[in-house]
Amino acid sequence: MISSDAATRVRETFGLEPTREDGLLTVVLPVERWEELARFAKHELGCLYFNWLSAVDWKGEGFEVVCRLENLEAGLAVMMKARLGPGQSHCPTLTGLYRGADWMERECYDMFGIVFDGHPDLRRILLPQDWEGYPLRKDYAVDTPHAPYR
Amino acid sequence: MEVKPPVAQVPPPVWTEIKDLQEWEKYRQERPEGDKTSNALAAIADAIHHLPGGWIVVTSTEKIFNWARSSSIWPVTFGLACCAIEMMATFASRFDVERFGMVPWASPRHSDLMIVSGTVTIKMAPMLKRIYDQMPDPKWVVSMGSCANSGGPFRHGYHVVKGVDRVVPVDVYVPGCPPTPDSLMFGLLKLQEKVAEFQKTGQRSPSSTPED
Repeated sequence: MISSDAATRVRETFGLEPTREDGLLTVVLPVERWEELARFAKHELGCLYFNWLSAVDWKGEGFEVVCRLENLEAGLAVMMKARLGPGQSHCPTLTGLYRGADWMERECYDMFGIVFDGHPDLRRILLPQDWEGYPLRKDYAVDTPHAPYR
Repeated sequence: MEVKPPVAQVPPPVWTEIKDLQEWEKYRQERPEGDKTSNALAAIADAIHHLPGGWIVVTSTEKIFNWARSSSIWPVTFGLACCAIEMMATFASRFDVERFGMVPWASPRHSDLMIVSGTVTIKMAPMLKRIYDQMPDPKWVVSMGSCANSGGPFRHGYHVVKGVDRVVPVDVYVPGCPPTPDSLMFGLLKLQEKVAEFQKTGQRSPSSTPED
């Protein structure tokens, strides 16, 4: 599976126009098709390796969830990007497809407060459980005092 | 006619107006008065002191006690970040603090000194406090490196305690990022000087002696 074939298949199946750059396929998609595209990438394109998942805070435009899936044998990578919309913080989970998505989604929840619907164990992973706020959001003040150590 | 170049007039800094120093004054932990006092021991010492010629006994025993304390400071093995590497180098054979009687000891219950070597995160601070509380009195704390002193480069991060003195009282601050083993050794020798002035009544020397 080379990337041009993969781009054609994504275009035919989903009607989306992927950006292709060597082996990297960047797909911007609506968040409703998030899990559907990941399933397609895993089963049809052979992207068995869940590389990472993170998010971007675009302030007034809302969050964007970014995820990279890789087919290591073919040197093919699929980058999925989905805007959640202003004020929205819900996204479908990928833990049903990739076990590795578990901790990445927990970290994303920890830092951005994005709730992954269907995640089996959505708790904070790095920060203490009683932490208030989500530190990588743009509206989080860095000098927020934390009692008792400030 | 000789023309003199204008001399730039730089007002001297007013230390009390610096915000970080104000915060330091406000939030740092002080050692409570008389926390090291054994009342019985102090009463006995006082009684002996008031006997004729008793002051000789009291002062000489104090000297012996303080010599013993200052020459057997055992630091608890507690490394937090990259400063711990320099601390290990200080403990190792090249710099060899064991000749000052400092044996890195793997239990807080037998230790006198905690070297806070590295960044103290808000998540780690309760554990640090617990180890400090497990150490028997009298105990001392050396804050090693910029992160432990003030938060260092992470001062305005979201997760770092802005100086370990907000968690436990600190006796000696060693600057540097990280401090070399020589700097840490200098700090430890300063601490020894401080410990040598420790009275068995629990009085300590002032928290900072100006050093030129």
